[in-house]
Amino acid sequence: MDSQIKGVSTGTTILAVTFNGGVIIGSDSRASIGGYYVSSKTINKLIQVHDRIFCCIAGSLADAQAVTKAAKFQISFHSIQMESPPLVKAAASVLKELCYNNKEELQAGFITAGWDRKKGPQVYTVALGGMLLSQPFTIGGSGSTYIYGYADAKYKPDMSKEECLQFATNALALAMGRDNVSGGVAHLVVITEEGVEHVVIPGDKLPKFHNE
Amino acid sequence: MLEESSEPGWLSEEVKTGTTIIAIEFDGGVVLGSDSRVSAGETVVNRVMNKLSLLHDKIYCALSGSAADAQTIAEMVNYQLDVHSIEVGEDPQVRSAATLVKNISYKYKEELSAHLIVAGWDKRGGGQVYVTLNGLLSRQPFAVGGSGSSYVYGFVDAEYRKAMSKEDCQQFVVNTLSLAMSRDGSSGGVAYLVTIDEKGAEEKCILGNELPTFYDQ
Repeated sequence: MDSQIKGVSTGTTILAVTFNGGVIIGSDSRASIGGYYVSSKTINKLIQVHDRIFCCIAGSLADAQAVTKAAKFQISFHSIQMESPPLVKAAASVLKELCYNNKEELQAGFITAGWDRKKGPQVYTVALGGMLLSQPFTIGGSGSTYIYGYADAKYKPDMSKEECLQFATNALALAMGRDNVSGGVAHLVVITEEGVEHVVIPGDKLPKFHNE
Repeated sequence: MLEESSEPGWLSEEVKTGTTIIAIEFDGGVVLGSDSRVSAGETVVNRVMNKLSLLHDKIYCALSGSAADAQTIAEMVNYQLDVHSIEVGEDPQVRSAATLVKNISYKYKEELSAHLIVAGWDKRGGGQVYVTLNGLLSRQPFAVGGSGSSYVYGFVDAEYRKAMSKEDCQQFVVNTLSLAMSRDGSSGGVAYLVTIDEKGAEEKCILGNELPTFYDQ
């Protein structure tokens, strides 16, 4: 049965969105086994890989934790060698190499988002087979199918930080409302040149829509 | 994608209306919408099919799932409704049409794989939308269905408001169809709209290049 082979999986909703001056990366907080049992209601899927670079994971939780641990080491080593903070693209490439070279064994996809001096706020997706793509915003995880229409309709380039927070919160709330393996609280991290700000929105404070 | 087969997909694959369908009620009627793509595996076998099928003057249904199953159900219910409306001597209720669809869907649920959304206007209940997925019967203010509907659940949850006007509903349907068609590989082509109210049913077709576009299109 699938759940015995896959073990704990983050049936999930993750997203990352650039705005004017920064980037917001967000996720839900549910981890489930086979889609039947919620093994954690408050797991943090936003992993900090460097001062201004975060990544979030979708897929098998074990795979994702192993890969991010290896990536975190490689990125900090690279940053010491270069004597400067790493580029977001470098961090995303490290994840991509790990995913591509181990594509037979791994079952995880990543979103990397952050800020660097060269290109400012950026978002990169690493898909299941190891493809690396740069986008202004991206969504991932099982819950993301339900919000493709919403994200396509509502995203605008160059939003302000408040507009972007509202967009990300609404998108997560809508996905969590329809996907039974996404839920719990909404974790959001706002990354700008100045620093990193965590926002946690508990389930009952999320925006409600007409059918709730 | 790297395998080669000697015969094209459309000879051996089942014909499905992998689809996006939507119906929404407003005060005084309903609006139904659908895309127009029919696929057999990877091939599009019909890019202009109208999936909004007439059941009676002021009752339509939207087809999704297996094309053959859905069309057959619609034809059978069309016949049964004609007989029923002669027996009662007046226009049938939308609920009656939905019940007839539900009866077939439920009785043959193992063999059939089609989902029909039934919507229309009658003088007793005004505009009504019914879903008949898997043999249930449920009235809802609006309904989406088909493979493309997954991508727009978030959008319709966020954008739906109670008591929208007829024009707002039509715009809502067109926006939803456009978003779904741009993300779902099995939905596409043109958008068909049917607006039903007390005066009758009005059909409309919106070509692909006239559909609203959103970011990155």
